[in-house]
Amino acid sequence: MNKTAHTPLFHVSRRAPLPWYGAWAIRGGALLLALIVCAFVTTLVTGLNPLSVYGTIFQGSFGSARRAWVLFQNLAILLCVSLAVTPAFRMRFWNIGGEGQMLLGGLAAAACMILLGDRLPNWLLIVVTVVSSIAAGAIWGAIPAVFKAKWNTNETLFTLMMNYIAIQLVAYFIIVWEVPKGAGKIGIINQSTEAGWLPMLGSYKYLLNILVVAVICALMYVYLNYTKHGYEIAVVGESERTARYIGIKVERVIVRTMLLSGAVCGVAGMLLVAGTDHTLTTTITGGRGFTAVMVSWLAKFDPLWMIFTSFLIVFMERGASQISTDFGLSSSFADILTGVILFFIIGSEFFITYRLNLRHTGKEAD
Amino acid sequence: MFDFVSFIPRAVVQGIPLLLGSTGETLTEKSGNLNLGIPGIMYVGAISGVIGAFFYEQAAGGDMNGFLAVAIPMLCTLLGSLLMGLLYCFLTVTLRANQNVTGLAMTTFGVGFGNFFGGSLIKLSGSAVPAIILTNTSGYFSASLPFASKLGAFGRLFLSYGFLGYLAVIIALAASYVLRRTRVGLHLRAVGESPATADAAGISVTRYKYAATCIGSMIAGLGGLYYIMDYTSGIWSSDAFGDRGWLAIALVIFTIWRPNIGVLASFLFGGLYILHMYIPSGMNLAVKELYKMLPYVVTVIVLIVVSMRRSRDSQPPASLGLSYFREER
Repeated sequence: MNKTAHTPLFHVSRRAPLPWYGAWAIRGGALLLALIVCAFVTTLVTGLNPLSVYGTIFQGSFGSARRAWVLFQNLAILLCVSLAVTPAFRMRFWNIGGEGQMLLGGLAAAACMILLGDRLPNWLLIVVTVVSSIAAGAIWGAIPAVFKAKWNTNETLFTLMMNYIAIQLVAYFIIVWEVPKGAGKIGIINQSTEAGWLPMLGSYKYLLNILVVAVICALMYVYLNYTKHGYEIAVVGESERTARYIGIKVERVIVRTMLLSGAVCGVAGMLLVAGTDHTLTTTITGGRGFTAVMVSWLAKFDPLWMIFTSFLIVFMERGASQISTDFGLSSSFADILTGVILFFIIGSEFFITYRLNLRHTGKEAD
Repeated sequence: MFDFVSFIPRAVVQGIPLLLGSTGETLTEKSGNLNLGIPGIMYVGAISGVIGAFFYEQAAGGDMNGFLAVAIPMLCTLLGSLLMGLLYCFLTVTLRANQNVTGLAMTTFGVGFGNFFGGSLIKLSGSAVPAIILTNTSGYFSASLPFASKLGAFGRLFLSYGFLGYLAVIIALAASYVLRRTRVGLHLRAVGESPATADAAGISVTRYKYAATCIGSMIAGLGGLYYIMDYTSGIWSSDAFGDRGWLAIALVIFTIWRPNIGVLASFLFGGLYILHMYIPSGMNLAVKELYKMLPYVVTVIVLIVVSMRRSRDSQPPASLGLSYFREER
């Protein structure tokens, strides 16, 4: 043991809760730093001057009306999945199975469109499609929840595995329904009749999706903050023992919340299949189930901030993909930039909760 | 008749990257860190090795030194995955960030990093096919004993693999020994089960978490290197590694956090992964997709059974996924 008094350079202590603008100032600072690093990396790779990097990113997101619509469509779907996983996260149930729950919702939508396409009137078909995708997503989400509630099975790992089971299930049905036989893909479903396609509002292909998600966002905000269910979720998340003590049926809350979480994921999958893509592939979700975990967490599980955080992610993705097209780079460039931004913001959370106390040089004598 | 002599070696080479990945993840999880960045780390490990091998092949021209051809990619891989491990530790241990979010961000970053630099190298090499071909380096990695091919079925089943394959088994057995039979392993398990208790007993929680996660990441990175250098004979193409990283995490659960079980279990997983290629032809093609589901279904069943039995020595580490801060108890 060394006898000399060893004082570390600084020590860490918890700080009193910051006012909301203090917390967001720190996050904003981290974001700014991240953007500087991103520009630096891009300059290294492309030789573009850092200011025009931002110019290109902006161009890629808002450069034309079409690009802006695509941006808002991606934003809507990502926001929808993020909203879906949020109630589960608020009760500390780590649902990283958004990917699988979305796929199941999409699968159910495709199944209705293909199998019932010419048997039902269109309005009824759409109703059946919506209901069955919601049900499919909800069931897929509830399976891990039942085991968590009854036997405390680790939900992170369970939902993760359910993603891959869902992917293979979709792969199976794609081959069952493939058009033409042997193509290995479904193609556009009901291309001639447009049966089961969600209606277009005016001439805007993506408008309906965006409106639906906006409504879900508002409802989720109210549900989480102003209802009895939302309160129960918060209590279970803070302390399961307290929840049991005050008479909340924890098992029921877990299963009910995951039913909701899966159902909204199912809606997201349905919006993709019946709303815009009109086809089903195993990669239709594009990893959004995982990105949503980060979006939701970045927004501190607040549905309104989530609009901003999902916008940030989508904006960077679209911008980075513009950079990679312009310079003939691999499209994975976007993932690197997104990763850098996430690391910075994840790291910044520390400085919101804790304070570094630098060593006071005068006190070393004692 | 099912052809076991050709099936088993293929299952084994499929299993070895999973074995390395799951051994690394088991060490990490034993320290209480649930590192969901493993798929990203395996990508980074693989591409680091590929970059090392690529520039060595370019520099050496025709005459390659066998030792350097193996050592340079391996060092690059270890360094690349070590940096990823350090990043994860810095964020989750020092800055106490949420482990799930950090891990997923690392996977996004790592897979992007791998594919991006892979793509750049493909451009640099000016090759006609969209792949980097390092057959020469791969030759050193996959060299098996010269007399193995003369021993018939025995040689094919046990001696036909490159040295990294045997290294993987040795690492797994060593990890298992360290975890169960040594003081270091006892301390590490204490950190994962109850960091507060370990801290009170004078064990440096931070140091153990850092060490276990970084060593775990390096082992997992080797899994990526093995896949490229041995399994695909030195050919890197985009997204080639697929979802094997997640399968490695599944394997950790399947082996109930025991690397020695992992040796056989990884081969079983490898077999399940390629079983769809061995089902009789003429059957419905779609059924093949259901066969690919098997490893995940089996993992879910193990996860459920383990949680139902509640036996104390087959549970996940008690503090898995939680950050530790001394003043917050």
